[in-house]
Amino acid sequence: MTASQRRDLRDGILFTLPFVMGALLLWVGPMLYSLVLVVLDWNLITRPDYVGMKNLSKLVDGRDPLFYKSLYNTFYFTFFSVPLQLLAAFGLALLLNQPMKGLGVYRTIFYIPSITPAVAFAVVWIQILNPEWGILNQILGWFGVEPIKWLFDPAFTRPAFVLMSLWLVGPQMIIFLAGLQSVSPELKDAAQIDGANTWQSFLHVTIPAISPIFFFNLVIGVIGSFQVFTNAFIMTRGGPQDSTLFMVLHIYRNAFEWFDMGYAATLAWVLFIIIMIFTVIQFRFARTWVYYESESSS
Amino acid sequence: MRTARFANLPWHVICWVLGISFLLPLVWMFSTALKPPGLVFETPIRWIPENPRWYNYPQVFEKLPLFSRFFVNTFYVTLMGATGCVLSSLLVGFGLSRINWPGRNAVFGMLIATLMLPGVVTIIPLYIIFRYAQLVGTFYPLWIPAWFGYAFYIFLMRQYMMTLPRELDEAARMDGAANFRILWQIITPLCSPAIATIAIFAFLQHYNDFLGPLLYISANEMFTLQLGLLWFQGRFGNFWHLVMAASVMTIMPVLVLFFTAQKRFVQGIQLTGLAGR
Repeated sequence: MTASQRRDLRDGILFTLPFVMGALLLWVGPMLYSLVLVVLDWNLITRPDYVGMKNLSKLVDGRDPLFYKSLYNTFYFTFFSVPLQLLAAFGLALLLNQPMKGLGVYRTIFYIPSITPAVAFAVVWIQILNPEWGILNQILGWFGVEPIKWLFDPAFTRPAFVLMSLWLVGPQMIIFLAGLQSVSPELKDAAQIDGANTWQSFLHVTIPAISPIFFFNLVIGVIGSFQVFTNAFIMTRGGPQDSTLFMVLHIYRNAFEWFDMGYAATLAWVLFIIIMIFTVIQFRFARTWVYYESESSS
Repeated sequence: MRTARFANLPWHVICWVLGISFLLPLVWMFSTALKPPGLVFETPIRWIPENPRWYNYPQVFEKLPLFSRFFVNTFYVTLMGATGCVLSSLLVGFGLSRINWPGRNAVFGMLIATLMLPGVVTIIPLYIIFRYAQLVGTFYPLWIPAWFGYAFYIFLMRQYMMTLPRELDEAARMDGAANFRILWQIITPLCSPAIATIAIFAFLQHYNDFLGPLLYISANEMFTLQLGLLWFQGRFGNFWHLVMAASVMTIMPVLVLFFTAQKRFVQGIQLTGLAGR
């Protein structure tokens, strides 16, 4: 090894040291520690007790019905909000991919809600969804819809949360838009020459070309929506009748309101594994519908 | 071109309706913040208050003098966090793109692995670790992680540095410059677009952070704006005009940042999305 190679090795290690240390101290270490917590009964104050599989068995034997409730709520939210968000983001991107005046203004308007701090966002939505004077019911009233009790009616809280999530599609929209703009015009021209109409060229050229972006937004969207927390914490506190008790909120309560650290860590691991499974499934299925240019040419 | 104009009409109508819907929450916030207490829940809603009550804004501080303190706390955390993100991503990004060393691919693999890990599993153990370190109740847990570097920002910086021509460092190396000097004097000035993007996103991330302060901060005078706003809403929830004035104040910094750096936002998101993250 020459002197300069030795120097580069030393510098390589030194330069990347913050990240490597961070990965060990903020990821690997805590994850291992969290595995230990799974077998403990600990309220942070008294000495931790070893309880073996008790925390895990509490999950399966139905001693914590709220766990199933939170599981259901989280899946409900994910299965409705993610596809709808993708559709909304893609629809907006298609709108903005037209050669029109005022594009920049609309792009800005569609994007702004997604940078609004969560607390301010939640506080405003409490009022928008108010059964008596909220704007949403006023607007629905024009179409003859009877006032809905949104956040006070367990049947409508989850739809309300899905609805609110549609205001936050700005980043996904911009990623779609960038993808649409990078679809090569030559491909579209070629399709036109082969006699494809606009719709066919959209279906057979544009959609495959941006399928990796659909995939990216889907994966990130699922990971994010499984961890939904803030709105439920601020707006409904998980209620009414636990209809907005999502998994992260349940974890938060077990850990930081009831100080059952072992059980909360167990719940967190369950959610982690669920997210991982869904991510892996998506990657598996990606082969069947995501089209990568480099692959087809080989 | 009359026909063309009419052909565009449906597009404009759709965009208008959607645009108004997207702006509705913000407009409601701004409009309510200028109303007197009695007129907040007037139906049908009056969007532009007849006599805008600007006094609502100073009254927030009268009701809760600590509110100005929340700004200071938030800006402190945000500044420390964003600085840490920029510096760490410069350093690690350089080590992963412009130095050739045997472990580079391994570290890069680690970086990619942590990109998609859901953070929920580390919330509880991290809290306990910070508690052992006696740091619960201080600002440290809110910004220390940034100085180790977030995988996402490092990745962004590394991708950017990869696009810079190799000859830049080679020439400096010939002159005997050390890696650190090359990074500081040659590469960093060229990375300003990436730095700006990371600074903006790190600002937003720390400014909007809710769970962090919720877990680690309990003393009222140490609240960040997010906690402070929630507290204000809890205490003065009947005064919706004031809650909205407070909300407007918490989102103003974000809006100002957004409008001054809009281009970077868009570029940043495109970079993050198209890079495959």
